[in-house]
Amino acid sequence: MRHRSLLILTTTVTVGALTLSACGSRDDKSGGDSGEKTTVVIGVDAPLTGDLSALGQGIKNSSDLAIKTANKNNEVKGVTFKLETLDDQAQAGTGQQNATKLVGNDKVVGVVGPLNSHVGQSMQKVFGNANLVQVSPANTAPELSQGPHWQKGEKKRLFDTYFRTSTTDAVQGPYAAQYLYNKRKLKKAYIIDDKKTYGAGLAGTFTDEFKKLGGKVVGTDHINPDDRDFSAVGTKVAKSKADFVYYGGEYPAGAPLSAQITKAGSKAPVVGGDALYSEEYIKLGKKNVEGDLATSVGAPLETLDTAKTFMKNYQAAGYKLPYEAYGGYSYDSTWAIIQAVKAVVEKNDGKLPGDIDDTREQVTKAMQDVAFKGVTGDVAFDKYGDTTNKQLSVYEVKGGKHKPVQTGTFDEG
Amino acid sequence: MQDLPDQLANGLALGALYGLIAIGYTMVYGIVQLINFAHGEIFMIGGFGALTAYLWLPDGTGLAVALPLMILLGVVCAVLVAIGAERFAYRPLRGGPRLSPLITAIGLSLALQQAVWAFYPDAKKARPFPQIGGSDFDLGFVTLSREDLFIFVSAPVCMLALGLFVAKTRTGRAMQATSQDPDTAKLMGVNTDRIIVMAFAIGAAFAAIAAIAQGFKTGEVNFRMGFIAGLKAFTAAVLGGIGNIYGAMVGGLVLGVAEAMATAYIGDIPGLEQFGGGSWKDVWAFILLILVLLVRPQGILGERLADRA
Repeated sequence: MRHRSLLILTTTVTVGALTLSACGSRDDKSGGDSGEKTTVVIGVDAPLTGDLSALGQGIKNSSDLAIKTANKNNEVKGVTFKLETLDDQAQAGTGQQNATKLVGNDKVVGVVGPLNSHVGQSMQKVFGNANLVQVSPANTAPELSQGPHWQKGEKKRLFDTYFRTSTTDAVQGPYAAQYLYNKRKLKKAYIIDDKKTYGAGLAGTFTDEFKKLGGKVVGTDHINPDDRDFSAVGTKVAKSKADFVYYGGEYPAGAPLSAQITKAGSKAPVVGGDALYSEEYIKLGKKNVEGDLATSVGAPLETLDTAKTFMKNYQAAGYKLPYEAYGGYSYDSTWAIIQAVKAVVEKNDGKLPGDIDDTREQVTKAMQDVAFKGVTGDVAFDKYGDTTNKQLSVYEVKGGKHKPVQTGTFDEG
Repeated sequence: MQDLPDQLANGLALGALYGLIAIGYTMVYGIVQLINFAHGEIFMIGGFGALTAYLWLPDGTGLAVALPLMILLGVVCAVLVAIGAERFAYRPLRGGPRLSPLITAIGLSLALQQAVWAFYPDAKKARPFPQIGGSDFDLGFVTLSREDLFIFVSAPVCMLALGLFVAKTRTGRAMQATSQDPDTAKLMGVNTDRIIVMAFAIGAAFAAIAAIAQGFKTGEVNFRMGFIAGLKAFTAAVLGGIGNIYGAMVGGLVLGVAEAMATAYIGDIPGLEQFGGGSWKDVWAFILLILVLLVRPQGILGERLADRA
């Protein structure tokens, strides 16, 4: 019964969501540009509804800002950019359908997104087959770019079309381990993950490095990301006398988990990755998440000169919701696609190739050599499609805000 | 095992919450043999009703003042939606094929969920729920958090009130009569339509109280919270013997304690390390359900009735 009704519900929700998104895209057709300007579309795929919508909306708005800036400054002569935003609800199946939809639109030259690594996994192949370039601002699972056997050192790029501006968990987990063990002198860890591609991967890389440094794992647990009652887990953590909890997962379950660990009488802070670095985490957990830590990719935007213009423009554009953890990366991802289109236009005497398949292929090729100074620092890609910018920061919840406590590059040695 | 009292308290708090929701399933099933799958959403709406009451009050209102109003508005919202659902979605189908109201219930569940998602301000993500401040109560052998205290007080009070109502009042006895034989009850002058509405309303009120308890426990309400809670409560109702109000509470408590025990101790059993912890608790809870139903198909407190299944 449980499964059947689950299936019915999911199917109906998906159908409903598809219908809704179809309604949304109908009004896109207004304002056809006449004259010599070509209009191309950049797709954005992110969870715009549901638990992770705070991050998703930040991605959408930041990409929108990049496109508006490019159009205003006439960044690529003769080309106007437009955004097509799709909602994946953080579900792999929906993401794949969105990918197919974007491939089917013969104006789309590149796609920004998605947020979730498991959604990214389902979209990669669709884009790979269509030769359509994809730049994710937030996927951190290493296997997306380096292949399933990256941990054994057999790195192999799966899709030439996949790029990302965020650092991977291969770096993020170990970076947190070094910070906690060396700087904070915390030796006993309790590891929890939510079994998703992102969460389990992050917890895995963290555990490996933490043990290598000499730390002790006093307990492990896995939770269901849809649960909100973690009182039993909280009591277990409290009795384990762990110095801290490392949680591989996202803020919707992370905030109640951390709050309930505190309520069970544990003083151990919860430490996690970039998916805990959201204002929503503090709003949901309130005082109970005080002292918790989160690592996030890149340096804090507030400290970067390159980001000041972005933050000013974002405010001036009057978006209702904040740019959140991935705003800067989304802007840079979108800008990377714009730069790739620019390179293609310049190569073809100021025009895009007439055929869309040809255009997509050339944009994908051009992406490999894109390099510019972006919001988050220097943006360029290595041979796997990963960013060459490997900076990370640690944030601590102090007085109801995430305050940066350390920024640096992961030390491989 | 030195944390056994704490884990038992966790399980009982969770179980009492399941039990309160399960009352709604079991009462409606007992009287009209309908599995009201929209009940989880009634629960969710109760939570949002309570949140609305809290948001209306000026900032800094103490919870002592706010709580009665939150309970009131939560219960009112849930009851109104439940009565509306009964009147417009289920009553027209009464007497029709059995599958029709079931499908209607699933549709209604989706519709209510999406309505809150679309129309409640900022409900597209989880909304933070007020928290009871202050430290835990240390009773020596067990520590109780203030959040759990709410459910530990409200669940017995609700059960006692319901038990007295069903056994002692005229309406309560009419309810029993309707559940035993609706046609005869009608012939004896019982207004069965009114009794059915009562069953929906009582279930909704209990669900709203459970939603407030869950809000305190997890610090949030969100538009999808009814789905999992509803499934668990339905399981509790079946486990305890669907149709029996005490069975619903017993089933809830058994389910809650089973989940807490599975999370806490299964992993300590040699050879079962990877089957322990939070992610396997549902599996163990359902194994327990299957075992109980193998021995007692009618549930723990259920009565064997030939004409119902």
